[in-house]
Amino acid sequence: MIKGTLGKTANTVILLIAVLVLNFAMIHVAPGDPVEALVGEMGGATTEQIAELRAQFGLDQPLYVQIGKYLWNVAQGDLGYSYYYDQPVTSLILDRIGPTLLLVTTALFSAIVIGTVLGVFSAQRRNSLLSHLVTVLSLAGFSAPVFWIGIMLILLLSVAIPILPISGMTSSEVPEGTFWYILDVAHHLVLPALTLGLIYLAFYSRLSRASMIEVLQTDYVRTARAKGLPRRMVIYKHALRNAVLPVVTFAGLQFGQVISGAVLVETVFAWPGLGTLAFDSILRRDTTTLLGILFFSALMVVVMNILTDIVYRRIDPRIKTA
Amino acid sequence: MTLVEPSRARTAPPPPKAVSPGRQVWQMFRRNHSAMAGLFILLAIILISLVGPSLYTVNPREMVWMPLTPPGQSEYVLGTDYLGRDLLAGLINGGRVTITIGVFAAVLTVLIGVTVGAMAGFFGGRVDNLLMRVTEFFQVLPNLLFAMVVVMLFGPTLVNISVAIGIVSWTSTARLTRAEFLRIREMDYVKAERSIGAGNARLIWKVILPNAAPPLIVVAALSIGSAILFEAGLSFLGLSDPNAMSWGRMIGDNRPYILDSSWGVTFPGLAIFLTVLAISLVGDGLNDAINPKLRQRQ
Repeated sequence: MIKGTLGKTANTVILLIAVLVLNFAMIHVAPGDPVEALVGEMGGATTEQIAELRAQFGLDQPLYVQIGKYLWNVAQGDLGYSYYYDQPVTSLILDRIGPTLLLVTTALFSAIVIGTVLGVFSAQRRNSLLSHLVTVLSLAGFSAPVFWIGIMLILLLSVAIPILPISGMTSSEVPEGTFWYILDVAHHLVLPALTLGLIYLAFYSRLSRASMIEVLQTDYVRTARAKGLPRRMVIYKHALRNAVLPVVTFAGLQFGQVISGAVLVETVFAWPGLGTLAFDSILRRDTTTLLGILFFSALMVVVMNILTDIVYRRIDPRIKTA
Repeated sequence: MTLVEPSRARTAPPPPKAVSPGRQVWQMFRRNHSAMAGLFILLAIILISLVGPSLYTVNPREMVWMPLTPPGQSEYVLGTDYLGRDLLAGLINGGRVTITIGVFAAVLTVLIGVTVGAMAGFFGGRVDNLLMRVTEFFQVLPNLLFAMVVVMLFGPTLVNISVAIGIVSWTSTARLTRAEFLRIREMDYVKAERSIGAGNARLIWKVILPNAAPPLIVVAALSIGSAILFEAGLSFLGLSDPNAMSWGRMIGDNRPYILDSSWGVTFPGLAIFLTVLAISLVGDGLNDAINPKLRQRQ
């Protein structure tokens, strides 16, 4: 197991370096360079100033030196400097990761729990009302743009029936660190988490329903039934454990994609996480920050993949070596 | 082989009427009500997008009435947006762009995915190893963020947007194609073709691919839907072609004004929702129509 994990880790490092090289290549292939953008923001500069800036950025050096420096900096946790925010990108990201994790964990966790329950129940009665409801719900969840669902929920739950705040994470009048502050954040969390959760819910209810239907048709479930075990025992002990495996796999994969998934929802609700940061850096044409977020997200994806792998081996002892 | 024992020939059932595979799928598909409904909605949307702009000639970019007029209060039935532009005209014209990008991106997705998957599955060994590493790499890249970076760096043109969507979406098609190729590669008819001297190119494109096609067609259909959602997301974030009106862009443009005009966001969203829903219904219907045949074949 340790050997397998080590191999995965080596693989991971190569993948991450590839992401960085791609980042680097894209900046250099794309029209315009950081100095031009900066000069544009400063409102023009003399030729000497531009040459000085190029030297400062290391842009006058050969490509292999530049890429070497870039990789070395990232290895030390330095993702560059954002001139717009006047802060290192790494600290920008670390400031914003908390709200994103809070939002995505809430949404994903509730969606998995509710989705699995819905899926398991609807799989047992395939023609019941609940079962059709799950099918319709997941179809709708797959077909509507997530940001549009968010806006519709705002119109419904903040405008028509004003019970939830429209945007942001806190109200300014509540002091930080109090019990009310936690409640306030939770109050603001409901809508974005609901929006993101509905999309995940569509996915997990469908996945667990399909998985459960498949498992219920296997020989070991038939055997368990034939030897007269009570229905509950068959469903929860024999079937559910196996049906839940694909859910774990996808939960891991999706948790890795959190930042990407949260961009649209965070933008709709002005939730102060990495997604809004990514959106803002598009508006400001802040390439360094956007690329930093891209790399950081890729890092999250691979870390989550390794963790999922470990969890998976725990649940399913048949998987010994990859 | 015309030598048949008389007794057995008499008891054998009459040969079934030959029905082409396409017809068989259509017959199954036709019985599926939701899939047929999806097909009709889809055809209607395509028709409106094709001929609508020449029938309803209001310019979607021009101010025609008071900004933020609610639906039903002027000759512009769906109301106007924050710049006083006619929403109905926007919807009718925006469909073209949205559907074109969706189709173009889906074609790219399938093209890249099938090529990579076919090469990996057919040649196996080192080629497979390398291509699967590349696939893994693109799976690790956070897809929306990466597409955002590409569109921002290279500029929000229709081509760049479609290419960006294609680049981040092909991995699952590649995996599916590879799996199909691995399975079909070992079939006797492939070996037979090889033994009579068929080259690799012929085996890949003429022998294996047609047999691997059914599930790939379903994936291709569904990927149009996800490409449309993707495009909508990008334009919502402001990454849309400034010269082209699309449904996603309408939502993005009107979002700051939702408190004054919910309709500016609701209608384009409904249009996207209906289109993608129709595509999903057709895709699921195709899947159901094709699958029983797969089971029969094994």
